Amino acid sequence: MALLAPGLVALAFLVLPLIGLVIRAPWGHLGSVLSGTDALQALELSLWTATVATGVALVIGVPLAWLLARTVFPGQRLLRALVTLPLVLPPVVGGVALLLVFGRAGFIGRLLNSWFGLTIPFTPVAVVMAETFVAMPFLIVTVEGALRSANLGYEEAAATMGATKMMVFRRVTVPMIAPSLGAGAVLCWARALGEFGATITFAGSFPGQTETMPIAVYYALETDPDAAIALSLILLVVSIAVLVSLRDRWLRGGSTQ
Amino acid sequence: MTGERADGLAVDAQVRRGEFLLDVALSVAPGQVVGVLGPNGAGKSTLLKALAGLIPVTTGQITLRGTVLDDATAGTFVEPAARPVGFVFQDYRLFPHLSVLENVAFAPRARRRGKREARSAAAGWLDRLRLADLAQRKPSALSGGQAQRVALARALAGEPGLLLLDEPLSALDAGTRLDVQAELRTHLSEFTGPCLIVTHDPLEALVLADRLIVLEDGRIVQQGEPAQVARQPATDYVAKLVGLNLYAGHADGAVVKLADGGTFVIPDRGQHGDVLVSVRPSAVAVSQRPPQASSPRNVWPARVAGLTLLADRVRLDLEGNPATLADVTPAAVAELSLEPGSQVWLAVKATDLEVYFRDPLSGAGTREPGPAEPTEYQ
Repeated sequence: MALLAPGLVALAFLVLPLIGLVIRAPWGHLGSVLSGTDALQALELSLWTATVATGVALVIGVPLAWLLARTVFPGQRLLRALVTLPLVLPPVVGGVALLLVFGRAGFIGRLLNSWFGLTIPFTPVAVVMAETFVAMPFLIVTVEGALRSANLGYEEAAATMGATKMMVFRRVTVPMIAPSLGAGAVLCWARALGEFGATITFAGSFPGQTETMPIAVYYALETDPDAAIALSLILLVVSIAVLVSLRDRWLRGGSTQ
Repeated sequence: MTGERADGLAVDAQVRRGEFLLDVALSVAPGQVVGVLGPNGAGKSTLLKALAGLIPVTTGQITLRGTVLDDATAGTFVEPAARPVGFVFQDYRLFPHLSVLENVAFAPRARRRGKREARSAAAGWLDRLRLADLAQRKPSALSGGQAQRVALARALAGEPGLLLLDEPLSALDAGTRLDVQAELRTHLSEFTGPCLIVTHDPLEALVLADRLIVLEDGRIVQQGEPAQVARQPATDYVAKLVGLNLYAGHADGAVVKLADGGTFVIPDRGQHGDVLVSVRPSAVAVSQRPPQASSPRNVWPARVAGLTLLADRVRLDLEGNPATLADVTPAAVAELSLEPGSQVWLAVKATDLEVYFRDPLSGAGTREPGPAEPTEYQ
């Protein structure tokens, strides 16, 4: 029972702030608070950038997960470590790194600028890139795990029936890992939605252009606390929705699958 | 042999997997069903996987209908997807996310047939295997016997030139197995290409196969017609499988000196050299006193080491010179008051001994022409 007291302290510490947020919310004039700020604009930007970032992660992250799970090549362990690095890296460091490479003076940014006249930093594209950088590893790690534990027997069976590698991947592998794929995508999306550090560093905070919800919350707190609380409330609701959608996967005690 | 090579399956190949080496040479004619028997780890599944291209051969060649599938020397390797193979896996491997119809249609679809065509072909196979009612079910809603038939339908729906079945009935309970076995026999006999069926159930092999191949430790130790293999086992494993006592010895006319001690008197057919002797456990007579022999027979003392109740008889494990298994009725066990440690006398008629030369690869065990005997195998 010596563990009860500290356990309750931890619980209170995690839950009380959220309760405080809900209590302090300007319930009476929530609608006017939200419409009176750039909130809807920020929400819209956040939703579509997080969705595009998740789409990009699916298109390029799933093949990388497949390469990590199903092939063997020298330096694979190192590569796997690099892929998961953004999970633990402070996002602001990611933002600085993106800026150094894709910024006007960066070695890729300079080429893009001189060849195509493209500038990435401080545009919605930069928001998507920052979010993809930070969130894609969640998808890759989830999908790679699923690919590793998937029964190869089904793919073998498909091959004996004459299926090409692409057909095996599309009609057997992907459907079999669909639950993990979905969970990975939701996690990735949620992480992208909450992205702050890398985004503000690499994309800045231009309302309507690069000011996502978390950034809007941060600035609103100085000028209009009620709006900040209302925006936070929206993010809280979205997070709860994400948890509910993943409940079978993550909230069943101790299971990892 | 050469005729089979032209239009059937011809294998002369080695597959190395770590310490294990599979080294086989065999040919299977179109329409022939070959049963591959062997203990666990003998290389049965490895053989099927090599034929399907799931494991490349290390050396040697695999040819089907004159087309080279594998040739290690020439560097030829046809990908699994490009081999005309139908494979029924031991665990069936029906795709859990597809319905029965979609599972079966997967094969023709994978062979580049149109969606509608593939579905109607699949429906045709489901009809033939009396599975039409189950078309919309998911594999998880099938019984073991149904899943087995779906797996067979899926393998056949690809219209393969070579059919491979890896212990197709082992996941079924005993009751279902007999039903499915009879049905499988029908479908296999309709299949026109070479067919290999791996099993470790001798009865299954006898029912389903036209020819048996016995693999032990990566090598073929015996092959031949099922009845012959069952009567003249070449190794202890086969003897055990078919429930016979097997002895190696040296024949000199009417006497065989057994390698592990003891002698047998046999009908003198002029056999000289290393031979194998097989005896049915039911041919061994057990009594309390030395029997008074009139016909040439073998009599020796033994000690009961163990008793096992089989369906309707009791199998005695007997220590003696030689050691043997004998089957007696439960009544005889009571009459002779047999228990572990009992001393008994054993007798076997010379004519109940099957004596044949070791010739593992024909499996025929060159039998000297002797007086016609009733076939005792059943």
